[in-house]
Amino acid sequence: MNGVVRSQRRVDEIPGLLRELHRRGGRMQMAYAWQPEADRTEIRYLAGAGADEPFSMWCVDASSGSPPSFAPESPLLGWYEREISDLFGIEFSGHPEPKRLVLHEGAIAAAPPMRADYPIGRELEIVGHATGIPEIRGPDVQRLPWGPVRADVVESGEFVFYYIGEHILHLYTQLFFKHRGMEARFTGLTSLAGVVLAERVSAVGSFSHALAFCQAVEDASACIVPARARMLRVLLAEMERLYNHLHYLGVLAETTTLKVGAAEGKLLEERAKQLNSRLTGSRFLQNAVMPGGMRRDLDPETWLGEELERLREEVAKYVALLGQTNSYRDRLMGTGPLPHRIAFDQGATGPVKRASGINRDLRRDHDYAGYAHLPLTVPTKTEGDAQAREQIRIAEIDASFVLMQRVLLLLEAGEIRASCSPPANSEGLGWAENPRGSLFYAVHFDGNGKLKRVKIKSPSFSNWRVFPFTVHDGNMMDYAINEASFGLTIAGCDR
Amino acid sequence: MPLWTLFGLGEGKATTGWPRGPGSDGQEGVAGMPRFDRALCEEGCMACAEVCPTRAIYIPSAADPASVEIDYGRCITCQLCVETCPTDAFQSSRNWAFAVRERHDLDTGSAAERENAKPLPRRSLKSFKRSLHIRHVDAGSCNGCESELQALNNPFYNLHRLGIFFTPSPRFADVLLVTGPVTYAMRGPLLETYAAMPDPKWVVAVGTCAVSGGIAEGGYSCGHGLEGVLPVDVYLPGCPPNPAAIVEALLLLLDRTPQRVHGGTYGE
Repeated sequence: MNGVVRSQRRVDEIPGLLRELHRRGGRMQMAYAWQPEADRTEIRYLAGAGADEPFSMWCVDASSGSPPSFAPESPLLGWYEREISDLFGIEFSGHPEPKRLVLHEGAIAAAPPMRADYPIGRELEIVGHATGIPEIRGPDVQRLPWGPVRADVVESGEFVFYYIGEHILHLYTQLFFKHRGMEARFTGLTSLAGVVLAERVSAVGSFSHALAFCQAVEDASACIVPARARMLRVLLAEMERLYNHLHYLGVLAETTTLKVGAAEGKLLEERAKQLNSRLTGSRFLQNAVMPGGMRRDLDPETWLGEELERLREEVAKYVALLGQTNSYRDRLMGTGPLPHRIAFDQGATGPVKRASGINRDLRRDHDYAGYAHLPLTVPTKTEGDAQAREQIRIAEIDASFVLMQRVLLLLEAGEIRASCSPPANSEGLGWAENPRGSLFYAVHFDGNGKLKRVKIKSPSFSNWRVFPFTVHDGNMMDYAINEASFGLTIAGCDR
Repeated sequence: MPLWTLFGLGEGKATTGWPRGPGSDGQEGVAGMPRFDRALCEEGCMACAEVCPTRAIYIPSAADPASVEIDYGRCITCQLCVETCPTDAFQSSRNWAFAVRERHDLDTGSAAERENAKPLPRRSLKSFKRSLHIRHVDAGSCNGCESELQALNNPFYNLHRLGIFFTPSPRFADVLLVTGPVTYAMRGPLLETYAAMPDPKWVVAVGTCAVSGGIAEGGYSCGHGLEGVLPVDVYLPGCPPNPAAIVEALLLLLDRTPQRVHGGTYGE
């Protein structure tokens, strides 16, 4: 695990640092604000220069005045700056999209809700349906509002299409209906209670959220996790990838109206979830990990390998059949193309970025848990369309089966937990390559070793920003396929 | 596609016979709500109440610190109490079918409330027994409940065989099934969906968030569940409740299965 290098910076140094970062092929990972003291606010910028190099964190004082927006240089920072504006009341001068993001236009807050002076326990109010949705007028332009309550069992979000005939001119996504203020809920908790909360930020990423959070606490505590626990963590992280990717294939088949294919994908997902509960007691792999190691030992050695091999054979048969189905392939090819440049600039992550030619994977480039000693293949493609995104996930399923079997071979009996108590006023950063992409947790502790500030950067926050770029100029018939091919969650984005 | 037809036929039947016939409920190993054995509880020890992240375990009277009570409507099955209790008074259990009609039936400390409660008049669901249509609204969940609701239509559970269907339009719905703690921004759309449903209509709260607010309750935007927002006919806590538990909750609503939990105690 190559960690993070923190440095205090003046705000006028940032443009130079950004230029240098971009010149070397790196990009920003996230930005967040926190208040070390009630009257002091600091912005943290996290930059990733490249594989096998530590992350850089630039700490900039923002207690007074309005710092410049860096979104013109690094467009992906735009959403982070808007989030900081909403939650900490910091205005960024020269922001290209100076409007609310996390809080709805109609939300009324007594003070910015993450600031120390926000009244504890006071709930936000909301008036009307005021949203920031732009008006587009023109001959034959139609407007289709969809959501926040949409068809079928799906997460809440509002999508407004402007279209002519089948042709989509513009998609406006109004997310954050599900904003629960999760980051603020960490404040004052012990790190053990923090794990339980992290598991419930985005349930289909429960394990990776808990893992990234634990690794952040372990980073703050300089604690070394025993070998068996590290290997078990890899096993569970890959089991999470498996059931998520199988779910993805089922949904994708459904959107192309391939009924049997959809049923089979969902059945395979169910099998994977049932393996999860047999192993950990939870279909979502919850209640397994804690700072320092694992909450309890697991016994996959005697039975899991055989079950996984049986599942692998069924998956292989299913995937081969999908490959032979022209009606399915035709709908994916060329659908929702995401060019490399947009993927990079707007912050695409996970299988989405790897399908657009960005060869990055935290498991390999900034290894954690036991990944350094395991054979890991990182598939990439350059087409950037729905088919490429599907192919990446299929290749990742294969790679996960290999990883899990290797872990089962290498697992040795041993300790599963080391003591882990974060020092007063310490901080840490943890990350994981979630099934949907890069996930970061930044944690800050107070003087009593309780959590003071936790920042969650979920992969869906990144990919929801990118997604509309693939919809503009697309057509209505392909929309559902394109959305499914991104494999997004709203809970992770909204938090 | 003959290819897929052959494949489907070759795979055979994947659907379980549960709950009407023989077959697995599919929940092998799933940890449910912890079971509490009052006799083993050590006087003065409050370790469980202190570690419980949602205050599901509480000490109702300061004068009698030994009186531990549990509100399963707040339980998120994190199992921390099981791991913390020094005398093993809390045990992991397989009891996940916790659907109830009255909120106080989830709380061991609600004896007085139960005694005074008048049984609410219940509207008959007789004509819906074999054809119930559900509109789901996500009022701010973590996507866990959605993941399990989506699983209900996979070939293993195959909810259709029980005559229960999800419908896209509230106009066709008999039941509003709510997940999530009802965030400030989802409260309006939730109430509008309910208003758009024709009478008679029922409400099912799925997941601890919808029952009581869950893990994030008390924040600036999270909400407290359906309490005081909509009248609830069946409460199902769980984090998330598994698909079999959701099936049981829907069958309970239809009077097709008995309620297993009374006064916070799970009976077989």
